[in-house]
Amino acid sequence: MIADFGWIRPEPHGIHILPADSWIDPSRPVDRALVTHGHADHARGGHGTTVATPETLAIMKLRYFTDEGATPASYGETIALKGGVSATFIPAGHVLGSAQILLERAGERVIVTGDYKRRPDPTCPPFEVTPCDIFVTEATFGLPVFVHPPIEEEMAKLLQRLADNPERCVLVGAYALGKAQRVIAELRRAGHVAPIWLHGAMERMCRLYEEFGIGLGELRLVSDARKEDLRGGIVICPPSALNDRWSRRLPDPITAMASGWMRVRQRARQRNVELPLVISDHADWHELTRTIEEVNPAESWITHGREEALLRWCELNQRRARALALVGYEDEDD
Amino acid sequence: MEEFAALVDALVYTTSRNAKLALIADYLRRTPDPDRGWALAALTEALDFPAVKAGTIRALMHERIDPVLWTLSRDFVGDTAETASLLWPDPPREAEPPPSLGETIALLRRMTRVSVMTDLPRLFDRLDSTGRYALIKLATGAMRIGISARLAKVAFAQAFAVPVEDVEEYWHGIDAPYQPLFDWAAHGRPPPDTENLPLFRPFMLAHPLEDGEELDLDDYVAEWKWDGIRVQLVHAGGETRVFSRSGDDISATFPEIAAALDIPAVLDGELLVRGSHQGGEAGGAASFNALQQRLGRKTVSKKMLADYPAFVRLYDALIVEGEDLRALPWAERRARLEVFANRLPQERFDLSAVVEAADFAALGTIRDSARDEAIEGLMLKRRDSPYVAGRKTGLWYKWKRDPLLIDCVLMYAQRGSGKRSSFYSDYTFGCWDGDPDQGAELLPVGKAYFGFTDEELKFLDRYVRTHTVNRFGPVRETDRSLVFEVAFDSVHASKRHKSGVAMRFPRISRIRIDKPAHEADRLDTLKALIRD
Ligand SMILES: [Zn+2]
Ligand SMILES: [Zn+2]
Repeated sequence: MIADFGWIRPEPHGIHILPADSWIDPSRPVDRALVTHGHADHARGGHGTTVATPETLAIMKLRYFTDEGATPASYGETIALKGGVSATFIPAGHVLGSAQILLERAGERVIVTGDYKRRPDPTCPPFEVTPCDIFVTEATFGLPVFVHPPIEEEMAKLLQRLADNPERCVLVGAYALGKAQRVIAELRRAGHVAPIWLHGAMERMCRLYEEFGIGLGELRLVSDARKEDLRGGIVICPPSALNDRWSRRLPDPITAMASGWMRVRQRARQRNVELPLVISDHADWHELTRTIEEVNPAESWITHGREEALLRWCELNQRRARALALVGYEDEDD
Repeated sequence: MEEFAALVDALVYTTSRNAKLALIADYLRRTPDPDRGWALAALTEALDFPAVKAGTIRALMHERIDPVLWTLSRDFVGDTAETASLLWPDPPREAEPPPSLGETIALLRRMTRVSVMTDLPRLFDRLDSTGRYALIKLATGAMRIGISARLAKVAFAQAFAVPVEDVEEYWHGIDAPYQPLFDWAAHGRPPPDTENLPLFRPFMLAHPLEDGEELDLDDYVAEWKWDGIRVQLVHAGGETRVFSRSGDDISATFPEIAAALDIPAVLDGELLVRGSHQGGEAGGAASFNALQQRLGRKTVSKKMLADYPAFVRLYDALIVEGEDLRALPWAERRARLEVFANRLPQERFDLSAVVEAADFAALGTIRDSARDEAIEGLMLKRRDSPYVAGRKTGLWYKWKRDPLLIDCVLMYAQRGSGKRSSFYSDYTFGCWDGDPDQGAELLPVGKAYFGFTDEELKFLDRYVRTHTVNRFGPVRETDRSLVFEVAFDSVHASKRHKSGVAMRFPRISRIRIDKPAHEADRLDTLKALIRD
């Protein structure tokens, strides 16, 4: 039966929808692109037309300074493509605007998840389980060692360290799109009302989230602060700034990093992280396997990460699966 | 066990020596006996549980997880203990509460090769993943979190505000969990009785003599500084021990020396190998290379004993027949030593000769003209100096022959190229940026490759692999425990290097396995050699 799905083909530079002459998350410029979410390895610039959620299009405009060819598709809205193919954008729970893309043609259903998670996230609507024949799933954290703890535990760890060190500040490395805003929103949820300090590179994305109605409380820029102001405070910066000269202006920072990779000590040590926070916007091992069980597709295509272990799990559970070798996806600092 | 696991975890994420000291000291202060003593033993890898091996952990995991998933996980994480701690299924709801560290150790000790397969899982079930990680590290005896015995002792001294020299002295001869040590330091009881125990006493050490500095020979006496390894010989309670500079018991490596002292005493001297080959004086000491053949061996063959016979050239006497001489002036101790040495077998002992000179300039000439390969330079000792632990300003000086030698600590190792590509043969080494006991850090000062013989190459490669604390691609970070003597042509100020100095043509002249890392040179010593 899988042979019937000749209209969709994984190629090294993206998922090719042949009759529609369109691509999903292509890693090089194409005429017609469908984009799952705004992370740079999925949302490249330079396409002729780009179909994505309005939030994703806004994020892309922030990065590429143009919205030429932007074609918005809201959650739940079905868009007709050429060749009898239609596309529906369904929440993926990954970051603001992130979507799974459901492709349908002559009764055949394929879902491309992009990136996703199953945990609640105050900054985006939750993943919706949708039945399909072929389920193209990410596997960034596709190893059984990856089990993300409840985010409340990680927040408590962070706030405790802050309370224990009133003369210092906690510097949290967090990916600028999604992770940073989720950490801020979760801090607010945990009752932290003090201003949160931002590295300059974080500002525009946080403002964009606020424009879409996600309240982040009072945010201030580190560049406007005196060293004294930052004592006892939380500073958010991109992971690349953690061990950078930039952090020297901070009062004896405790280096933290919010990432699913922090589950592994060696990864934390490579970044000189003192306070690892296991917070990820990707599905952990249990979420990945549970999602495959719930979606229950005829076949799973595994991409974007540690395909091998998830493939093995499918084999052990008598589920049909294959690994896709797509290029250009990086381990986001997730 | 939870507290200990939290400490291990915090130490993993701490790179600064100072912060590590503070963490351990804090733990020692607030943890009750005997857990804190067990923790100290665990951190310094002084415990051994023969029933638990890395293979035990793998076997347990294979019973619980698909072997393919295990291998994929293990390869990604890079560490068996951590992988197992992460993969172990959550404990059943009605699991027993976590055990104390003392209880954990008692349970581990009772395990046999057979019972371990059921008893260890039961212990895992009582812990969370952080606890399991610490437990596996503890049980398999591979902590590898960069805590040397020295660092633990300094932390202990800090925790209870006692002199680290006293800790050094009392530590030896007491077994884990070191109750008498805590009774003394934490509970104010009298120190452990050391009189009839063959204990190590901390060495008295010398400062380098600065260039241009002159000493009055009325106040200072000169002795040759021999190029062997500094040793302490102790005979007490019917036993003899040979201790290296770091306090390691090397009696088994030099049995002929241990057998030659049978009068109660504590002596300080230089261990050398006899022979005129390789540049030594006739009938005297051979070069360090000859001695190198004898180092690091757990057992010694008859042939080794015959080819490289060891002897000790005595410098000082700390205790003789129950009488502690350490408070006496050097001149009096020397007189006692000269008398005492006559009672020792001449085959194994002689005295380091006093070097007579009319004045300081004449002494310099003597120093420069010394041709003997086994001479490293001169020692200058205040005639009235007591024997005190460590390096006290103004008492002893070393005046090395070649000033452009420095002792550095191995920090990182990388695979070499060509035929060395399978060996970690390129090294980055560093000097202390202050007093390591006060929390100084190592700063890299240079890079060089080493290993001129296959033996050296193999030794270093193994050393790196078994002392790795971190990996960055092809580079391994070591636990900073190995000292290299580095020779170099000159040194210059450099803004590009964090250390502020750049060495010209640094090369590793030898491995100093006899020297503890905290006694490697400081950056200031290197900076003092800048001539531009
Ligand atoms: Zn993403
Ligand atoms: Zn991605």
